Amino acid sequence: MTSQDSRYDRNGFGALAFHAVFLVFILAPLVVVCLVAFTPDNFLSIPTQRFSLRWFRSLMGDEDFQSALRTSLWLGVMSATVSTALAVPTAMGLARYRFPGRDAVNAFLLSPLMIPPVVLGIAFLRLFTLLDMGGSFESLVACHALLIFPYALRLIMAALVGQADEGERAARSLGAGRWTTFRRITLPAILPGVAGGWVLAFINSFDELTATIFVTSPETITLPVRIYMNMSETVDPSVAAISTLLIGLTLAVMLVLDRIYGLNKVLVGNH
Amino acid sequence: MNAATSTPPGVSPAPSPKQTSVLSPEVAGQRRAAWTLVLPATLYFLVLLAVPLVLTFVLSLHDFDPNSGGILPTVSLRHYLDIVSDSYFYEIFLRTLLLSIGVTLLCVLVGVPEAIFLFRMRDPWRSLCLVLVLGPLLISVVVRTLGWSILLGREGLVNAVLTRLGLIDHPLQMLFTMGAVTVALVHVLVPLMVLSVWTSLTRLDPAVAHAARSLGAGRATVMWRVVLPQITPGILSGSLIVFALTASAFATPALIGGRRLKVVATTAYDEFLGTLNWPLGAAIAIVLLVVNVLIISGYNRALEKRFTRRLG
Repeated sequence: MTSQDSRYDRNGFGALAFHAVFLVFILAPLVVVCLVAFTPDNFLSIPTQRFSLRWFRSLMGDEDFQSALRTSLWLGVMSATVSTALAVPTAMGLARYRFPGRDAVNAFLLSPLMIPPVVLGIAFLRLFTLLDMGGSFESLVACHALLIFPYALRLIMAALVGQADEGERAARSLGAGRWTTFRRITLPAILPGVAGGWVLAFINSFDELTATIFVTSPETITLPVRIYMNMSETVDPSVAAISTLLIGLTLAVMLVLDRIYGLNKVLVGNH
Repeated sequence: MNAATSTPPGVSPAPSPKQTSVLSPEVAGQRRAAWTLVLPATLYFLVLLAVPLVLTFVLSLHDFDPNSGGILPTVSLRHYLDIVSDSYFYEIFLRTLLLSIGVTLLCVLVGVPEAIFLFRMRDPWRSLCLVLVLGPLLISVVVRTLGWSILLGREGLVNAVLTRLGLIDHPLQMLFTMGAVTVALVHVLVPLMVLSVWTSLTRLDPAVAHAARSLGAGRATVMWRVVLPQITPGILSGSLIVFALTASAFATPALIGGRRLKVVATTAYDEFLGTLNWPLGAAIAIVLLVVNVLIISGYNRALEKRFTRRLG
């Protein structure tokens, strides 16, 4: 939407001052984490004279950290893939057909957004203890695929709804089967939505802490859980170094998302 | 027969009155196709969401033997009665409620004006600031909370600055206070409020505000009588999101509030993984879930009623 230029639409001095304070409030904690990561000291302090990479170097030799990073990356990739693979047909069914029970199915599939993650974690733990498969990587993938499903579903649904179905109708009336129509017409058209959904699902899996903490075992500790445990015991600047890497990684993902999809669309359009 | 009456594939035809009891093969086929598409995810959710929640509810009804640490086969409502009657739990639930109300109010007070100011900006500042404000949503809550514990610690930046300015003699104890938990949670959740208000601002028709201006309304009048009523749904749905997420927040209260300032989510966690009283932990989780769902659906229903009445 283009806002018309007129004087009374502009921000006054007070508004800009408020905005500046707000930005400081939002960014200060993140900036501080990044600064502390470069301290040469043994405790969390903001470096004033000397900057040092020692805490980043210490991460290189830290097997706990590296295995947590590997677990989180793999978990994100696997669960986002499972989630997207389930979400694409679901979105097709919900966006292209009206059928009895549609609203109920839709609400059910979006419900992880409404259920407190602590409750989900407890429920998963209960299930996997009874099945005697708690803490395995596969069980983590299964939980995360469910947790992040709503994000994938929403973005793919939005892509489908924005995409008129004339192409699909034309293909069908010319004799193409459902699968051919999907593969040759629908999927290419909604591919940006599917990719965006995958990335958003990946980020949410990568950041998930509360539910995960109930289902991890020492072999499958994820990065947020590792940072959490580290913070609740002894805090040394290596936590800040890990966090700085995470902030950097998120920035990189944001740039990529912006390139392929338009970051404003990802952040604003589909919540 | 012309093209308008034939039904294209992929779109359900409007049901004709004659076909109320027997579905035409085409409609039946459509429904089968739709269900085939949504079935995998629905089954997945039944196995991994519905079943575990039922199991948790059943668990919460079992008695617990603190001596052996075992879950007894006997069934009772004991844990629910404990939660309702014990002042220890009463305090935790009350604290969580007050925290949620406080965080929500602060998010409205700070997030709504920020969204309006952001919306008034022009590109490229507008896009840049929007990314700066909303980007942190993509960064792990643990990382954002770490930032606050560095800022608010005894040796932290805020204390250092205040001491340097001569405003305080001794470092203030800010960590492990409700104030610190509130500020950190506002920081984590206020982008969602901005997002929600932003979305309703983009749906606003600027012509209405311009019309009000040209008819002689002042800036404040336009804001109060024209803009604010139109973005109220956005403010209310943002408040609901913030409230629900504060009520179930875990990492920030656990890390900033510490052991003493327990909230519902951290209590459920401690009962499960600390005390190992699983049935009690499950009961707390079920109460949290039920209250959460009741508040969300009640709030939604109240809103719908209000707005349909106003529009209708």
